[in-house]
Amino acid sequence: MSIANILLVDDEVAFVEAMTKRLKKRDLDITAAYGGPEALEVLDKNPSIEVVVLDVKMPIMDGIETLSEIKKRHPLTEVIMLTGHATVDSAIEGMKRGAFDYLMKPCELDQLISKVKEAAARKHAHEEKIIQARLKNITGRRT
Amino acid sequence: MNDSSPKGNAYYRSLARNISLTVVLVSLAPMILISALILYQYRISHYEKVEAHLVQLVQKHRRDIDAFLEEKLGDIQILADNFTYEELSDTGFLQDRLQALQKFYNNAFVDLGVVNKDGLQVAYAGPFRLGQALYSESSWFQAAKTQPYVISDVFLGLRGLPHFIIAVKQKWKSDVWIVRATIDFVAFNNLVQNIRIGSTGFAFILNKNGEFQTTPHGDIESGSHPYPEYLLAATPTEDRVHVFRGMNSKNSENIYAAAMLKDGEWLLVCQQPVSEAFSDFLKALKLTIMLLVLGGGCIVTMAIFVSRRMVNRIAQADLEKQVMNQQIVETGKLASVGELAAGIAHEINNPVAIMVEEAGWMGDLLEEEELRHSGNLEEFKRALDQIKTQGKRCKAITHKLLSFARKTDTRIEEVQVGEVIEELVVLSAQRAKYSNVQIKTDIEDGLPSVHISQSELQQVILNLINNALDAMEKQGGKLALSARMERDFIVVEVSDDGPGIPQANLARIFDPFYTTKPVGKGTGLGLSICYGIVKKMGGDITARSSVGKGATFRITIPHGK
Repeated sequence: MSIANILLVDDEVAFVEAMTKRLKKRDLDITAAYGGPEALEVLDKNPSIEVVVLDVKMPIMDGIETLSEIKKRHPLTEVIMLTGHATVDSAIEGMKRGAFDYLMKPCELDQLISKVKEAAARKHAHEEKIIQARLKNITGRRT
Repeated sequence: MNDSSPKGNAYYRSLARNISLTVVLVSLAPMILISALILYQYRISHYEKVEAHLVQLVQKHRRDIDAFLEEKLGDIQILADNFTYEELSDTGFLQDRLQALQKFYNNAFVDLGVVNKDGLQVAYAGPFRLGQALYSESSWFQAAKTQPYVISDVFLGLRGLPHFIIAVKQKWKSDVWIVRATIDFVAFNNLVQNIRIGSTGFAFILNKNGEFQTTPHGDIESGSHPYPEYLLAATPTEDRVHVFRGMNSKNSENIYAAAMLKDGEWLLVCQQPVSEAFSDFLKALKLTIMLLVLGGGCIVTMAIFVSRRMVNRIAQADLEKQVMNQQIVETGKLASVGELAAGIAHEINNPVAIMVEEAGWMGDLLEEEELRHSGNLEEFKRALDQIKTQGKRCKAITHKLLSFARKTDTRIEEVQVGEVIEELVVLSAQRAKYSNVQIKTDIEDGLPSVHISQSELQQVILNLINNALDAMEKQGGKLALSARMERDFIVVEVSDDGPGIPQANLARIFDPFYTTKPVGKGTGLGLSICYGIVKKMGGDITARSSVGKGATFRITIPHGK
């Protein structure tokens, strides 16, 4: 079983490909997307994706817009922003809109993996809480 | 005027000239107008005063002379009325009357005579031998026959001395006879000759023919008087005193006052040179002109001086404006270059990230079984590590460049001075290497953060580093940066061992636009901006240096917040 189910979103094809290969080698289940709209499409089709690694600077639909849309459609999916230095402000803006964390390019692979693990753990914790709450709700009604 | 003025010397010279002219005109015109007006008023009132004085003088002396003549005429009239022709024809009796008159009048009467209707002097008392003298052809006798009395003009007559006659006609039975008296000319002449107007003015009497009736002053020659028109125009009864001016034979201007005497037969004239009569006015005129010339000179000098100073200031301001404009253009260029650099740095991050990831992937593959036994495995690993290391270095450089380009704001934040220095040293390392300069840093551990604008502090320290590198560009050297705590201040020192700053320049290095760099190299603004920034932080910046031993700039920043 993989450590986490990841969607990697960046318009730099070479980067996505290299990263995908390396992450797969480390037992991560990874899907690639090369833009915001494509990422949303993948997420809609594949609800098992737990963590999205999202580049901030992309054409057509930038990382912040994509993040807002993801959070609207899939509130429990965790997002890690990936950014060059000049867009740190927008990464912080992303944090305010619900991103889990941000990393600066080029980033250490180990650092990325540990962030992904933390994000996945938080997602699971959220889901657990929701299930507990629902169970409580259901049992509460019965008694 | 400054030769490097942007608008050229001709412009400033014409500006200075126009300002001077305007100031001179505006200052002098009212001064001259008011002076002229006051002088004009003074001249009019002074002339009136002089004329009034002359008129008064003439009137007084006319009264005196008329009174003298009337008195003598009255005496003769009384003599004729109170004694008969027979009594007066007695020479002894007549002699007694003459003596009585001479005693009373101090010899004003020279002689007395009684003349019959045919002009024969029947009796005579006096010093001359004029008994039985015949006056039938004399003008006074002709006049006396038709008038009750006659006062003649001055003439020489039978005795050959100047004199004049008072004759009174009397009727006896059907004939007429005449009592005649001769008036001493000296006594009469003294009346007029003693009149003095000022120091050179004098008086004289003319008859209707323009002949002198008194001894004229030496300046006047008989017959050369300048006023026959006035004599012809004047009516005998006119009581008015006529004042006028004219040139005399010596071509000097005189003021004359003239009035009729003796029932319009004689003219009393007072004469005074204009130069004397109006000497007070002429003095005032000279003084005024002198003051005007002096005042005008002062005004012109001041106007030239002030306008030159003003124009120098304007030229200086223009020059500063020009430098400022250049500076703004330079700043704009720098900002564009900064933005461009930031954009490039950001774009470089992506390829570098790909390179690093690809190297990482190669590293991953090297871990696989079939490649593990390759003889060059270690060399591969070393090369991949090197790629990763250099990738990280690229990242560090671009991040620093980005942070510097991005932080041009003046937001106040918590700043670690040591970190800022280290960051700037990395940025300047390449340039220092090319200039053969070694950079050393000495940052005290545990420095507290300060509450200032990071980008402003960067600007100050970078400026000092750049100045030091400029100074050591040719021969290389050592650059030392240190930061330490001293009481409530963080002290940052930037020291170089370049050529140093001469003592004379040291006092001025923080002045705006002061530069010792070659033309086009420095704007002279760097250190003045540093000074402004450090002062704004509540700190201070000082410099110490000696020629040949380098320079040290010391910044103190208060941290106590």
